[in-house]
Amino acid sequence: MPKDFGIGASSKRREDVRFLTGQGHYTDDLQLHGQAHAVFVRSNVAHGRIRSVNTARAATMPGVLAVFTGEDFKDVGGNPAGWLIKSRNGEAMREPKRPVLAHGKVRHVGDAYAAVVAETYQQAKDAAQQIADDSVIEELPAIIDMAAAVADASNRVHDEIPDNLCYDWGWIEDNRARVDEVIKSAPHVTTLELVNNRLVPNAMEPRASIGEYFPGTGDYRLTTTSQNPHLTRLLVAAFVLGIPENKLTVVAPDVGGGFGSKIYHYGEEALVLTAARKLKRPVRWTAERSESFLTDAHGRDHVTRIELACDKQGNFLAFRTETMANVGAYLSNFATVTPTFLHGTLMAGPYKVPNVYVNVKTVFTNTAPVDAYRGAGRPEATFSLERVIDKMCRELNLDPFEVRRRNFITPDMFPYTTPVGLAYDTGNYEATLDKVMEIADVAGFEARRKASAARGKLRGLGLSTWIEACGIAPSHLVGVLGSRVGLYDAATVRVNATGNISVMTGAHSHGQGHETVFAQIVAEKLGIPESSVEIVHGDTSKIPFGMGSYGSRSLAVCGVAMSKAVDKIIAKGKKIAAHMLEASEADITFEAGKFSVAGTDKAKTFGEIAFSAYVPHNYPLETLEPGLEETAFYDPANFTYPAGAYLCEVEVDAETGKVDVVAFHCADDFGNIMNPMVVEGQVHGGVGQGIGQALCENTFYDENGQLLTGSYMDYAMPRAADLPFYNVDYSCQTPCTHNPLGVKGCGEAGAIGSPPAVVNAVIDALHRGGITHVTHIDMPVSPNRVWSAIHG
Amino acid sequence: MTKVSMTVNGRAVSGDVEGRTLLSTFLREGLALTGTHVGCDTSQCGACVVHVNGAPVKSCTVFALDLEGATIRTIEGMANADGSLSPLQQAFQDHHGLQCGFCTPGMVMSSAALLAENPRPTPQEVRAYLDGNICRCTGYHNIVKAVLAASGQDVSAVAAE
Amino acid sequence: MHNFDFVKPSSLAEAVKAMQAEGAQALSGGQTLISTMKQRLAAPAVLVSLTGIAEMKGVSVAGRVMTIGAATPHAVVAKEAAKAYPALAALAGGIGDPAVRSRGTIGGSLANNDPAACYPAGVLASAATIVTSRREIAADDFFQGLFTTALEEGEIITAVRFPIPDRAAYAKFLQPASRFSLTSAFVARTGSAVRVAITGASENGVFRWTEGERALSANFSPQAVKGLKANADDMIGDLHGSKAYRAALVGVMTARAVAMAMA
Repeated sequence: MPKDFGIGASSKRREDVRFLTGQGHYTDDLQLHGQAHAVFVRSNVAHGRIRSVNTARAATMPGVLAVFTGEDFKDVGGNPAGWLIKSRNGEAMREPKRPVLAHGKVRHVGDAYAAVVAETYQQAKDAAQQIADDSVIEELPAIIDMAAAVADASNRVHDEIPDNLCYDWGWIEDNRARVDEVIKSAPHVTTLELVNNRLVPNAMEPRASIGEYFPGTGDYRLTTTSQNPHLTRLLVAAFVLGIPENKLTVVAPDVGGGFGSKIYHYGEEALVLTAARKLKRPVRWTAERSESFLTDAHGRDHVTRIELACDKQGNFLAFRTETMANVGAYLSNFATVTPTFLHGTLMAGPYKVPNVYVNVKTVFTNTAPVDAYRGAGRPEATFSLERVIDKMCRELNLDPFEVRRRNFITPDMFPYTTPVGLAYDTGNYEATLDKVMEIADVAGFEARRKASAARGKLRGLGLSTWIEACGIAPSHLVGVLGSRVGLYDAATVRVNATGNISVMTGAHSHGQGHETVFAQIVAEKLGIPESSVEIVHGDTSKIPFGMGSYGSRSLAVCGVAMSKAVDKIIAKGKKIAAHMLEASEADITFEAGKFSVAGTDKAKTFGEIAFSAYVPHNYPLETLEPGLEETAFYDPANFTYPAGAYLCEVEVDAETGKVDVVAFHCADDFGNIMNPMVVEGQVHGGVGQGIGQALCENTFYDENGQLLTGSYMDYAMPRAADLPFYNVDYSCQTPCTHNPLGVKGCGEAGAIGSPPAVVNAVIDALHRGGITHVTHIDMPVSPNRVWSAIHG
Repeated sequence: MTKVSMTVNGRAVSGDVEGRTLLSTFLREGLALTGTHVGCDTSQCGACVVHVNGAPVKSCTVFALDLEGATIRTIEGMANADGSLSPLQQAFQDHHGLQCGFCTPGMVMSSAALLAENPRPTPQEVRAYLDGNICRCTGYHNIVKAVLAASGQDVSAVAAE
Repeated sequence: MHNFDFVKPSSLAEAVKAMQAEGAQALSGGQTLISTMKQRLAAPAVLVSLTGIAEMKGVSVAGRVMTIGAATPHAVVAKEAAKAYPALAALAGGIGDPAVRSRGTIGGSLANNDPAACYPAGVLASAATIVTSRREIAADDFFQGLFTTALEEGEIITAVRFPIPDRAAYAKFLQPASRFSLTSAFVARTGSAVRVAITGASENGVFRWTEGERALSANFSPQAVKGLKANADDMIGDLHGSKAYRAALVGVMTARAVAMAMA
């Protein structure tokens, strides 16, 4: 019987009611008295020297209140990189300044070099156009192709960086010689060159920011579309504008999706705050979708060569990869860690491969910054591995299921340290493989293939067995690896006098359902109704601290902090109960909302204890403070390691090249499950994005650096008709061993595991259809590409 | 500025607008009905769908002045008279047909239009009808399921919950 | 978007007059024009809405001729033409998405002549007649290349007259992002005459595929065009499809349209 309450119940989401009735409060919904509108002047060339920005005419246009250029921000700080990566030779990465507005040069189409604030949006827009018309930007050759960027030292994105290289990273450098040797002498080596296509995150809510300044107190407030309001506060206050942190409040209200793109601080946020201070009026900005395409941090964009060495039975001996990762024109906040420690450390997959070496060269180009997008590094690792394994199976005529099974780390081997530095705490990879084969009815595939063939379609089956490291992250470890921040989280649990509860969490919910799921956990632990628990998030003035939501960390880090704060509440409650019940604290038990003296019928309800804490007439005031509110900070001891097995079935129309995903099956191990309905929803969404990456999403800059896929007319977002129903199973559960909830995180899994399953299925369909010359097709596996592969 | 009058969610409203004022702008800024969202500028995403004289329309791609006298229904007008969720809205909640909620108003409005035209659609018909509504969160599975459920069909066979 | 004066005439005569204003532009459903104006790629001084003109709306059938008022939205055509001319109704019912079909009109689509629009294929293959405020124009003379038509300054399409073929079908292959046509074929057969119009494929906009027409006139079956390709040199080559791919799709989609027409 499924639970209808607390942990493990599919509680309906409370946030849905406001979203379904049009009562959500997204940033752009906020209308403030006296507000003014900002519009940015953005470069229409990819690379150019700013000769002059002439704002004189614009400044006198109707309604114009203020004009800003790069000159206004040249003496304030830049938007910093959050992670220092060192090259193989020990040198620190190159870290060019990322200014609020471009100064000296523009470095990608969409790079803002001026801004206008006016009474109305249209007036600001008109004046921005005037500045664009009146400014002189000398176009320079665009640096788009990564190999060319590194090869040609004369053409530089940043004048001070001669080879456009941010770093040349090796992981683990000590493995290198051994890996080279094994590959040289291996009985078989499969090599695959592939592209992990650049993606535009496309949260449906465009970015928006509203700056306010309160002259009476000198306080600022930034309302912004953020997954991470505390980090934004820290970056704006301490690094960019030099505002005391205690004078800046950052509010992230309802946020319409993030997928990584709203983790980061962007220059628009600093501009609206600066303008608000100058004008002493609220200043607002909302991106047009075309601005989102041009300026939201993109994802992926790796070019990789991977080699897999094995014996003739398919036992893995070594993996070696060389990757070029595009970081775009500037370093976004987590841009440097995404292709390194979120990618290279996963290159052993769920396999007991003894030797792995990863080399990543991260390159500046005249394109939008690239940073973490759902999965962030781990999809790239999984795609490389799962594609090359599939290719090897074909070359050696081995069964792809059997090969994976033979190479899995087995349950008796945990904890297991990989050759790329991670310590997997627990897992059962074979169990998820067995499960997915069962739910996908692999045995019945041949009959389905014949039925497809009768309809003129080629049917294929593609497998991917994946692992990720999430629950980001243990601070001591990431500190050693170069992180400039800690990645713990915090929560305050405030029990009000009447017994209901406000939880202030450092997580930010922008679709994940924290308001419901976090309440389930608190309610379960305290034995009170879920409706008595309110989850407060997204406001730095209300929440102790937090590092926000990304990296599948909300539950595994923020949720655990909250759980620990609840434990403190219970511990204090026991002290109060001991006093009230005239018993020893050691004899007090807490269960189902009641503090009882063990072995007696003497008890106090949770509500009675809460009331007593605030009306302490009968209370141990000599030894215990009144009130019932606790804060906990939690820093995880390790990453968590969700894993799973995905199977995709496709039909390929060989005449048109069109691929239809006709079935998609997931068997995931997320450890303990808090709300099955929400978990399934997270998997659905991730898989939908993964299928989008595999089949249709493409971000294309031409040789001049113009983004040819800059709107929904050319960037193919998956629509309802492009996607199947998903078959999701999460019954294989090996609870995380190092957090008290036993949870691992589920937000990114779908986007990590699915792309190789889709591409493997397409290649399988072609081979089963006799088209055996096609060994790889780069994503997106679009109709044109499939047709060209077949007929080329 | 020109005065425009229409009926929105059963209420007679009017306001002064420019020629270029889009219906979405009029609703959001003129009438403070911010449930209607704007997610793109190429008439693709569908977050702004409302009903104009009963038909689904992208409110970002129609001028307010072109709708003089029209009857408009927005997401704010979709709940039952007592404020409780309508069966379609309830189905979205019951089947987790939304996550971040930004595309949701358009999804509900398009789905309502579908069910008015076709009370028992097939899954394929639901998917085809929602071609102009982009969701980035749900992978559409639970949206399709919610619409099927709202039409009174048994969705227990649509992958387990 | 630049501002403009908005006028909404209630008769064709008033509309014709309004279109004489400096910088006047007709607005039908606006499903393309408004996006273009948002990007400031069009900035009319006066916008003349055609949506309030009753005489330009509706679908009527007389014998083997169907007439569609130019301001009739796609959704209405999809419904009201379904019995008399199902292939054209299906085309209308597959344009864009339901919300676009509520507003977009046949007149607006034809006047814009987007090379990836659906209606031009149906109109050209049907040998329809475009009726305007000044004259009647045969479909073969109307489409004159990318976004170019025979319409003169201030001329308004008022209706489109379709001779109803014996058999017809439209096979659409979607451009995956925009949901416009990547390469689609409308096939119409009347007596032994076959017309094939292709949209989405050519640098010159909608065109009649004469090689396909010849083959199908001799043998109206999918096999007749199997393996036939259009001339790749004339095709659009872009991110979504190379010239060679589109040239091949011309044959494939024509064959599929024939199969649909025969079903």
